[in-house]
Amino acid sequence: MRFERKDLLGLENLTADEINLILETAVSMKELFTRSVKKVPTLRGKTVVILFYEPSTRTRVSFELAAKRLSADTVNISSSSSSVAKGESIIDTVKTIEALGADFIVIRHPSSGAPHLISNRISSSIINAGDGMHEHPTQALLDLFSIKEKKGRIAGLKVGIVGDISHSRVARSNIWGLKKLGAEVFLIGPPTLIPRDAETLGVKVYYRLEKIIKKLDVINILRIQRERQKDQLLPSMEEYNSIFGVSLSRLEKARNDLVIMHPGPMNRGIEVTSPVADSKNAIINEQVKNGVAVRMAVLYLLAGGKNENIA
Amino acid sequence: MERIMTKNEMVRVLKRLTAEIMEDTSGGKNICLIGIRSMGVHLAEMLKNEIRKSEKKAPPVGILDVSLYRDDFSRRLPRRIKETVIDFDIEGKDVVLVDDVIWTGRTIRAALDELIDFGRPNRVWLCVLIDRGGRELPVQPDFIGKKIEAEKNQWIEVKIEKGKAEVFLTTEGRK
Amino acid sequence: MKILLKGGRVVDPSRNFSKVADVLIENGKIKKIAADINEKARTFKVGGLVVCPGLIDIHVHLREPGREDEETIATGTRAAAKGGFTTVCAMPNTNPAVDSVSGVKYILMTAAESGIVRVLPYGAITKGRRGEELTEIGKMKKAGIVGISDDGTSVMNARVMRRAMEYSKMFDIPVVSHCEDLNLSAGGVMNEGRTSTILGLRGIPPQAEEVMVARDIALAELTGARLHLAHITTKRSVALVREAKKRKIKVTAEATPHHLFFTDKFVEEYNTNAKVNPPLRSEEDRVALMEGLRDGTIDCVASDHAPHLDTEKNKEFDFAPFGVIGLETALPVVITALVKKKKLSLMDVISKMSTRPAEIIGGHDLGKLVIGGVADITVIDLNKKKKITSDFFVSKSANSPFIGKNLSGFAVLTIFGGKVVFRDL
Repeated sequence: MRFERKDLLGLENLTADEINLILETAVSMKELFTRSVKKVPTLRGKTVVILFYEPSTRTRVSFELAAKRLSADTVNISSSSSSVAKGESIIDTVKTIEALGADFIVIRHPSSGAPHLISNRISSSIINAGDGMHEHPTQALLDLFSIKEKKGRIAGLKVGIVGDISHSRVARSNIWGLKKLGAEVFLIGPPTLIPRDAETLGVKVYYRLEKIIKKLDVINILRIQRERQKDQLLPSMEEYNSIFGVSLSRLEKARNDLVIMHPGPMNRGIEVTSPVADSKNAIINEQVKNGVAVRMAVLYLLAGGKNENIA
Repeated sequence: MERIMTKNEMVRVLKRLTAEIMEDTSGGKNICLIGIRSMGVHLAEMLKNEIRKSEKKAPPVGILDVSLYRDDFSRRLPRRIKETVIDFDIEGKDVVLVDDVIWTGRTIRAALDELIDFGRPNRVWLCVLIDRGGRELPVQPDFIGKKIEAEKNQWIEVKIEKGKAEVFLTTEGRK
Repeated sequence: MKILLKGGRVVDPSRNFSKVADVLIENGKIKKIAADINEKARTFKVGGLVVCPGLIDIHVHLREPGREDEETIATGTRAAAKGGFTTVCAMPNTNPAVDSVSGVKYILMTAAESGIVRVLPYGAITKGRRGEELTEIGKMKKAGIVGISDDGTSVMNARVMRRAMEYSKMFDIPVVSHCEDLNLSAGGVMNEGRTSTILGLRGIPPQAEEVMVARDIALAELTGARLHLAHITTKRSVALVREAKKRKIKVTAEATPHHLFFTDKFVEEYNTNAKVNPPLRSEEDRVALMEGLRDGTIDCVASDHAPHLDTEKNKEFDFAPFGVIGLETALPVVITALVKKKKLSLMDVISKMSTRPAEIIGGHDLGKLVIGGVADITVIDLNKKKKITSDFFVSKSANSPFIGKNLSGFAVLTIFGGKVVFRDL
């Protein structure tokens, strides 16, 4: 199994074998965390530019740590999204970054498809760290990794994703990844936050968590944003909480070994209550740790040369 | 494809290597074995069994995957990497690195770098089954199973599986 | 100055005429259509080619005044001539909008100076296209507009739209409606459906168009005005128009070549030349548009030629402007997608790209080949094949979704008022 891609733009176009290779590679990367010297020289001399057009701490730090543990040099560039619409074109920006010698550009952008716009135009490897409502492949990979680590498999599991599916790149990447590896996916949320055509992606849609909770092996709770109220998609955060907020009582009928996940940052008391987030079934902190390992694996696999004549 | 070592030969070679190691490490009192993935791992296990037979006591065995320390990384497709497993402290130990074939010496260079990240051994020895010459770095094994002269386009393959243990020399490039 | 077209198949949908004949043009007028005309004249041998009334595109954006970097009347009319069009109707969403007599006069004057085909302007329905106050429709009509439209946006206030329709009745001009409920479409950048779900792009549901088609048909029924629906795209819109026509409501409709050719799947990979408004729809909708053209529900094909610079289109999908150019590809696209696939006859195509559009804008001497009539003539080579590349275009912009496509059936000679304005034979 080889990994011959230049970029990681999403999981929609990856094969199950490619996803599995990333997950297996991440296992070895995670082993490094137990060493006293947590850094390996693999990407010495390589430069990773982390270009974020949206504020984010978790993902940015995770990528930065991943790159540093592989000995790459990292540069952070943050640009506010307001400057995107009118300022320098993103194509010019990344061409400049490429000219400065970036081997990788890790990009987060509020507009779906922004990484695709630049991927054909430059030779640096592009890693999508979240584009609009489209994909967030490394988050889904770390979710898959975390599920596999906890459950030993993905195939055959029933995974529920609760919340704002329409606006969620995490949900989309998770749907592709989970389906490719053989899981069953259930989307749970209000109809205003689930795309009309969601079921054409091969998932099942529920408007009530109670109707499906007892079947689920894993529940992935998405962050709900206040703007949804302004867009008339929700009457209020409190009403959302009263119907979809994941609380202990709502989990009464769930399996004892239900795995509880959240991509963070959490709104405690809105989409999830503290007793649930802090329960022994929650693997939310382990997800964060796994994120570094998965991102190291992605950097490692994309960095390889394309010539296999070896001595 | 030419067979250059049979199972019987390999068993004899391993016995001799065991003896040499024991002699040079004062009976192996302070040693540990570390096999380099992938074939070095099998050989380290076989050596351990030999040592257990002769000394009634087996040294700890670790596994190194040197993929992340290689210097040819960006020139080839990344290989499937596996974990490095060293669940004992190598600080102050006499470490015997074990690999199947030594050629350019680059793998051993990577292995030494990785090993050092785990601690400061008292001494590091190198044991290989086959030395095929062709060194590109000043790295020399301390214990050698067999020396052969191989051409650049030749490939040495050590096969150890399900009771089989043989070494072959092939002349077409590896796929 | 005489021009003689020898040996072509003369096709005139206005009298269902299709015969091999020669056409003689003198002093800008059609002098004679007959077999074997022998006259001393500038002669074009057009055997095997189609000779038809000059094509008419009743929906183009020429960008002048305001965005002369994207297109001008000079370049836009050259693109028109190359596409076989002798008449184009310019939408008033320029900067400033054509919402007054002076705006209309500016367009006509510039067209007279620098245009090479006929440019007929539309006036805006409301001042500044803001949907609030009616423009001086009567004065603009006198200055030369052929219809009114706030194209690019909808007149959201139904009362204002009602008054515009009622008032325009006395001038016998069409009210051209861009049907889009702006509240339903808000934020949308492509058709709402499976593809938008996968791409994570905000969708525009077909209903954003359909509720306005329904509203405007209802208002046309209420007022008795002539309603022309610009670029309809959905199966339900076609059905609404079909039903309205059955009930004798004065409604006509157009479809664009790109909506007849592509579906929203074309947006995959975030192709900004697939970003148009109204958006590319589903295959079911596309099939319904072809059927609507075939059965006469849809009266005409119009390009909605909308030039944008590369620098604007090479952006994030969300930030790229809506619109594609179409004047130079409209005819070959229709021939490739409809005639070659036997969905529409050649006679139908010429009707929908010349005769019917002329009727809609009240250009009664246009869109037909009659003795003594104006010599606007297009000669078409149905078998001419081309692969479209970005340097194919004479338009100032090259934002075409057809780049890379193999098309057949191109205009090879365009004659406007007895003058050759484009020639490729």
